Amino acid sequence: MIEERFDAIVVGAGMAGNAAALAMAKRGMKVLQLERGEYSGSKNVQGAILYADMLEKLIPDFREDAPLERHLVEQRFWMMDDRSHVGLHYCSDEFNEQRPNRYTIIRAQFDKWFSSKVREAGATVLCETTVTELAQDANGKVVGVRTDRGDGEVHADVVVLAEGVNGLLGTRAGLRERPKPDKVALAVKEMHFLPRETIEERFNLEGDEGVVIEAVGTISRGMTGMGFIYANKECISLGIGCLVADFQRTGETPYGLLDRFKRHPSVGRLIKGSEVKEYSAHLIPEGGYKAIPQLYGEGWVVVGDAAQLNNAIHREGSNLAMTSGRIAAEAISQVRSRRAPMSAENLALYKRMLDDSFVIKDLKKYKDMPTLMHTNSQNFFLTYPQLVSRAMQNFVRVDGTPKTEKEKVTLKSFVNARSWIGLFGDAFRLARAWR
Amino acid sequence: MTVEPSVRVEDKLFYNRYLVDVGRPHIKVRSHTEPSPQLLALLKACPARCYELNDKGQVEITVDGCIECGTCRVIGEPTGDIEWSYPRGGYGVLFKFG
Repeated sequence: MIEERFDAIVVGAGMAGNAAALAMAKRGMKVLQLERGEYSGSKNVQGAILYADMLEKLIPDFREDAPLERHLVEQRFWMMDDRSHVGLHYCSDEFNEQRPNRYTIIRAQFDKWFSSKVREAGATVLCETTVTELAQDANGKVVGVRTDRGDGEVHADVVVLAEGVNGLLGTRAGLRERPKPDKVALAVKEMHFLPRETIEERFNLEGDEGVVIEAVGTISRGMTGMGFIYANKECISLGIGCLVADFQRTGETPYGLLDRFKRHPSVGRLIKGSEVKEYSAHLIPEGGYKAIPQLYGEGWVVVGDAAQLNNAIHREGSNLAMTSGRIAAEAISQVRSRRAPMSAENLALYKRMLDDSFVIKDLKKYKDMPTLMHTNSQNFFLTYPQLVSRAMQNFVRVDGTPKTEKEKVTLKSFVNARSWIGLFGDAFRLARAWR
Repeated sequence: MTVEPSVRVEDKLFYNRYLVDVGRPHIKVRSHTEPSPQLLALLKACPARCYELNDKGQVEITVDGCIECGTCRVIGEPTGDIEWSYPRGGYGVLFKFG
């Protein structure tokens, strides 16, 4: 293994790890980044949406050479029952701007590019290397790592754990708990290839415009979950995810859900005739603010999905990952410039800086949403979508029934399903958790 | 009532690239006579259907098609039913798109 000593070791080369490694290397630190895949990206799975603002803070001119798919001009939210969807669409030409706000990306390609920037900044990136254990001294201070490349230890002043949602090192060392089944979702995804023109026609897009569809409803069969469809240049990312605890409880299969989602009449027509080229799965942190573990300690910090930093309500994760990686790097760099030790006391700066950022502020805002969604999944993910769908059908179908009658039927369907107390209770709980 | 076509997971896994670490499975099932509820849950929750019942009614794993999501670790590791590690560097699933 490597004999030299590093200022910092970064475990993992996803969004958080690459951001941390890049930001530290740019500040002149001697950085070693370890990645188990054959290259950065080969083990990484995401929808995926890239948020420009957070990447600009690391690589201001990223648009010049980053492998981007489409810039998003439209967001569609669908509430689905078995044969219909009620949609809320927002499409704006203002998103056709000089420096677009969000892009679809393909992670394996994007991460490879991101990693090339990390190398250019001077970090040593070692792929095909699985870190097996944290090296700790007699007092428990993290002093480096052990890998499957040999039995030696590699030492550094600080270890940045960017090992992802299912990171083993931190939990094995007792720095944080293993994710619990009700705090993570399992999402499965397929990549559907179609000619570019076909995608643009079906999604009503021009040039490099892109669209995101996010869907809830009977597709998750009463479980807390969501489907997604992202338009890339020549392929469509399509998937669905639900809480692991819900899969465990119901015995539903992830591929069964995915298949039903694909065969829904609103979805089937979008992917008709496509060629599938990959099937992937990944866990998503869903516990929100209350699931955030201890973020720093003696000689270590944890960033990104490994720290459960994911905003499930806005489906933002990669930007939180990137930002937490960058902020950790800045905090570490500040401690280093004072020539102070990488102690828990000094690394607490990372948490203070993160608390001041949108990352923790947003998660705090929605701190009660995960519990609400997870404990009322039948209502929010099955009953209401069905009621809304029937109400809409009743509203638009012209069959000679007087409108007053129709309204009565709709109102009655809501009250029968949830009762007045239930309806007001749901509205109240939702409003309280949202504010 | 429409009959749902059964989903063939093996066909889905066929799209993927793997470098199998022959003889060194990264997930192991603890030997048992009667499977626990957690082990039985893995038969359905694993998105790559790596877990199967053998003819003695025990749960077995074949990791060759594993897509390394960690679902079985979340369900089965706390009870000690399975041992979970990542594959050695470079081995396992190799995503082309992710």
